[in-house]
Amino acid sequence: MSREPILRAEGLQVVFQSEESRLEALQEASFSILPNEFVCIIGPSGCGKSTLLRVLGGLVAPTRGRVHLDGRPLTGPEARIGFVFQQHNLMPWRTALENVCLPLELQGVARTVAKDRAREMLALVGLAKFANALPRELSGGMRQRVALARELVYDPDVLLLDEPFGALDALTREQMDWELLRIWSARQKTVVMVTHDIQEAIYLSDRVLTMSPGPGRIAGDVAIDLARPRKVDDLYSPRFAELTRLLRGSLH
Amino acid sequence: MLPRRQNTRSRTYHAGRGKPLARRLLPLASFLVLCALWELIVYIGDYPAFFLPTPRDVWSRALVALGDGSLLMHTWVTLKEVFAGLAVGLSAAVILGYALAKAPAVERLVSPYLAASQAIPIVALAPLLVIWFGPGTLSKILVCALTLFFPVLINTIVGIRGVDAELVELLRSLRATQWQRFLYLELPASLPVLLGGLKIGVTLSVIGAVVSEFVSADRGLGFLVNLARGLFDTSLMFVALFTLMAIALVLYLSVSALERRVLRKQGRE
Repeated sequence: MSREPILRAEGLQVVFQSEESRLEALQEASFSILPNEFVCIIGPSGCGKSTLLRVLGGLVAPTRGRVHLDGRPLTGPEARIGFVFQQHNLMPWRTALENVCLPLELQGVARTVAKDRAREMLALVGLAKFANALPRELSGGMRQRVALARELVYDPDVLLLDEPFGALDALTREQMDWELLRIWSARQKTVVMVTHDIQEAIYLSDRVLTMSPGPGRIAGDVAIDLARPRKVDDLYSPRFAELTRLLRGSLH
Repeated sequence: MLPRRQNTRSRTYHAGRGKPLARRLLPLASFLVLCALWELIVYIGDYPAFFLPTPRDVWSRALVALGDGSLLMHTWVTLKEVFAGLAVGLSAAVILGYALAKAPAVERLVSPYLAASQAIPIVALAPLLVIWFGPGTLSKILVCALTLFFPVLINTIVGIRGVDAELVELLRSLRATQWQRFLYLELPASLPVLLGGLKIGVTLSVIGAVVSEFVSADRGLGFLVNLARGLFDTSLMFVALFTLMAIALVLYLSVSALERRVLRKQGRE
């Protein structure tokens, strides 16, 4: 069964050029991502993984190369692609519900419709009771859930996540990973997530792309052949340890 | 060239809310003590009324000026100038400030001139405006507007520049238009700073009105001060001064109250 890739990166190169300096953030990246695939991009800090994700999201234009979304070249941010940032990026003056409504408001969806859908999404991420809370009244994990709901609300086909749980404590992060898997399997989305945590990457993904720094390039492409749905016990299986070793090896 | 960001969230002291009666009466008591001191100074120094009238002289003069309607007329004239100047100055400063915040290149080009223009005291500029725009209301509105223009301009630039770059990127990823970016992000995000500008603006507008009336006017509280000086009616001068003080204070406190309400609604306080 061969499927057409939903996202295809073709010889991506990103150079940040200013008057005084030239920084090659991304040297070469080519890969494809299939519909409904869960792919993690992993690498040490400064390897250009965030830059790569921003290129996939149309937020940074590549210096060379091109991204195709369903065969069409990407020219900028797309409604079919949702981007979850490292920081929750919630507007402090809007309640959780109003923050989730934002994308729909920008699209001109009627306010009552937007509110209903936003409520549904807040329920999906387990925050139905906190609809009227302001971001500062929520914990770090809750804020990231609101941010996730905000991207889910307009139902993009592709979700790009830039270390969304990186700032959370280990326990909260584990819980968020669970939620993410649950939402991913319920909503059938293509997910590309940047992380620097090997275990998180294995636990979540169908495939892991590893990157090496200076300048950044794709170093490895590892299929994660653990059965789904994943269970906590998977973390202690021999295959998990093997994959961890393999990925660690390809990072150095 | 311009300051990056400043904290303009103000905390105004709430004079006795839910406080014991004794503390509520404190401002009144201090006012009475001040008046008594004033009386005492006049009594000891034995000053003539044209040099320093007593609070009682001022009070009775105020009653007379209120009675013949002249005080209200002059106050109304000045208030109109203050509000018109505020409207003109604020809109100009906010619009230009937004433009300059968005175009750093233009800002570098214009800001030396803007700064230099601030080196001319508005008192010195006012006569020129009277020559150009006549002795009527227009020149006075312009003086008010000019007085508050620069501080509000700076404030606006700081406010718009201070908008979180991450939120700008979020809106970009959500494909917001320029107008949506202004409406959904820049306006609400810089609201506290804009309100701070309004607060500076109202007090400065009062100063502008008085300055312009000093230069050339036949009515208004600034004119009244001048008139009273010519008549050696020092009590009347005090009446005009206290009225000006009251206007500035009431305007300032109203904006503060508005600011608190808006910010509390936004959960920023």
